[in-house]
Amino acid sequence: MLKDYQKGRARQRREKAIRLFFFCIALASITTLALIVVFLFMEGLPIFAKVSVKDFIFGKYWYPTDDSPEFGIFPLILASLAVTAAASLISIPLGVMTALYLAEVASARVREWVKPIVELLAALPSVVIGFFGMVIVAPFLQDTFNIPTGLNLFNASLMLAFMSIPTICSISEDAIFSVPTELKEASLALGATHWETIWRVIVPASISGISTAVILGMSRAIGETMVVLMVAGGAAMIPTSLFDPVRPMPASIVAEMAEAPFRGDHYYALFATGIVLFVFTLFFNMVAEHISHKYRQVGAATL
Amino acid sequence: MKFKAFSILGVVLALLLPMNLVFAGKIVIKGSTTVLPIAQKVGEAYMKEHPDVKITISGGGSGNGIKALIDGSTDIADSSRFIKSKEVKLAVEKGRYPVPFAVAYDCIIPVVHPSYPVMNITMQQLKGIYEGKIKNWKEIGGPDMPVVVISRDTSSGTYEVWHEKVLKKERVFPGALLQASNGAVVQAVSKNKNAIGYIGLGYLDSSVKALLVDRVKGSAETTLNGAYPISRPLYMFTAGWPKGDTLNFINFVIHPEKGQKYVGKIGFVPLY
Repeated sequence: MLKDYQKGRARQRREKAIRLFFFCIALASITTLALIVVFLFMEGLPIFAKVSVKDFIFGKYWYPTDDSPEFGIFPLILASLAVTAAASLISIPLGVMTALYLAEVASARVREWVKPIVELLAALPSVVIGFFGMVIVAPFLQDTFNIPTGLNLFNASLMLAFMSIPTICSISEDAIFSVPTELKEASLALGATHWETIWRVIVPASISGISTAVILGMSRAIGETMVVLMVAGGAAMIPTSLFDPVRPMPASIVAEMAEAPFRGDHYYALFATGIVLFVFTLFFNMVAEHISHKYRQVGAATL
Repeated sequence: MKFKAFSILGVVLALLLPMNLVFAGKIVIKGSTTVLPIAQKVGEAYMKEHPDVKITISGGGSGNGIKALIDGSTDIADSSRFIKSKEVKLAVEKGRYPVPFAVAYDCIIPVVHPSYPVMNITMQQLKGIYEGKIKNWKEIGGPDMPVVVISRDTSSGTYEVWHEKVLKKERVFPGALLQASNGAVVQAVSKNKNAIGYIGLGYLDSSVKALLVDRVKGSAETTLNGAYPISRPLYMFTAGWPKGDTLNFINFVIHPEKGQKYVGKIGFVPLY
């Protein structure tokens, strides 16, 4: 009896130790993350002693190293938004439709082949995609559309779309595939065609998963650095056409950080740009979270 | 060239000085990001030859380097410009006499696509192009094509030369495409018939065409004799005449077979 009791105690202690261990691990990663955020704000906020928040965000000129420096990141913000929006216009239809095809239309064999290939696209390092855009796509765009330069907003959007398609496709495909069979069968049983079932039943049922996929894809596009550094052109001006060169926020940060004097105004301004970028991606992720909660598909009954 | 003579004098003097002052130690180098790659490359080679010496190198800009030299927190200040009289005054007040050593020359060449038919460009035209005033090649005697202006990031040392010598401290217009490295400029210009860019002499290759500036070809020779307008000497400053490891290092940097060999390799013009 006593022995059993002791054994039970030992097991409980071990259980406790394991729980503590996992708690510490979780705490460590959360603390690291929190510290990075604290660091980001500590290094970024001092710029606002020199430049007002309004001038920083809405200032039209980015001349950080001039004798009378100007730290206006409005062209950079616009560039990031424009590139992300244009990339989404390309990647959302392509990604979602590919997902629909894979989950609903394609035969099992085709699906088995195509899905890993699409996911392989996500494995392409961004520098490879950037190089492709720079060496192949840029001259092609230049010659085809007879524009001054192929390194522009459109090229960057195209490359970013390539990068977000796998994310969008793969997550939406999971969402579509997990729509309960009863729903589909019920719809077909009521006399709806396959297409009507997809459009009226399956898409609405998986809309939360698809939206999450889209927003995760977009947040990947807005935070992507290497591709925009290589193909966006890098001109810090407010774009007036799809073929204008632009300078999105991540490109500016990565290109200038190495040369910015440590803890100088330029350095602070780059970190502050990082804060703005962080706020954007945080916003995207919160929206994704919100949508996936609000429109969550619970069982087959919610439709 | 006054400072070239100066640095040669430095070598001669250094050779005459007794070498028994040498002791194992540490050299701190701070300053210009333009000179940084020289300090890094040559520093590495020096440490290989003298494993007992540790060299700490950081950037921060010419002004910061000289400031550190004045307050004594560095042994060598890298600078892409000559010291200002105000800085000399400050240093002397603190009992430190800055001594300049020219370690290399920077020579920046405007480049265009190989198919561009014109050979020469003037400083005036370059300024107009980079200020965004000249928008078509036909305005300066070229074909009827839009000009695509490629510049370096405004924090780079190469841009600094351009800003000073070509733009005369005016700003490059916002529509210029900013590239992060010399290599990226070459890549972008070689792929675009309309483009103009500028690179360090060492990065010139056959995929782009170098333009003459005011009818002078940019080369090591024209840089050293002062005929080529877009060039400047790069310096290392010491506080007082250098001693011990610092002296050895400076000698290593300006040695034609040692430091200067690396200077040429990383795209600068060596002293000799």
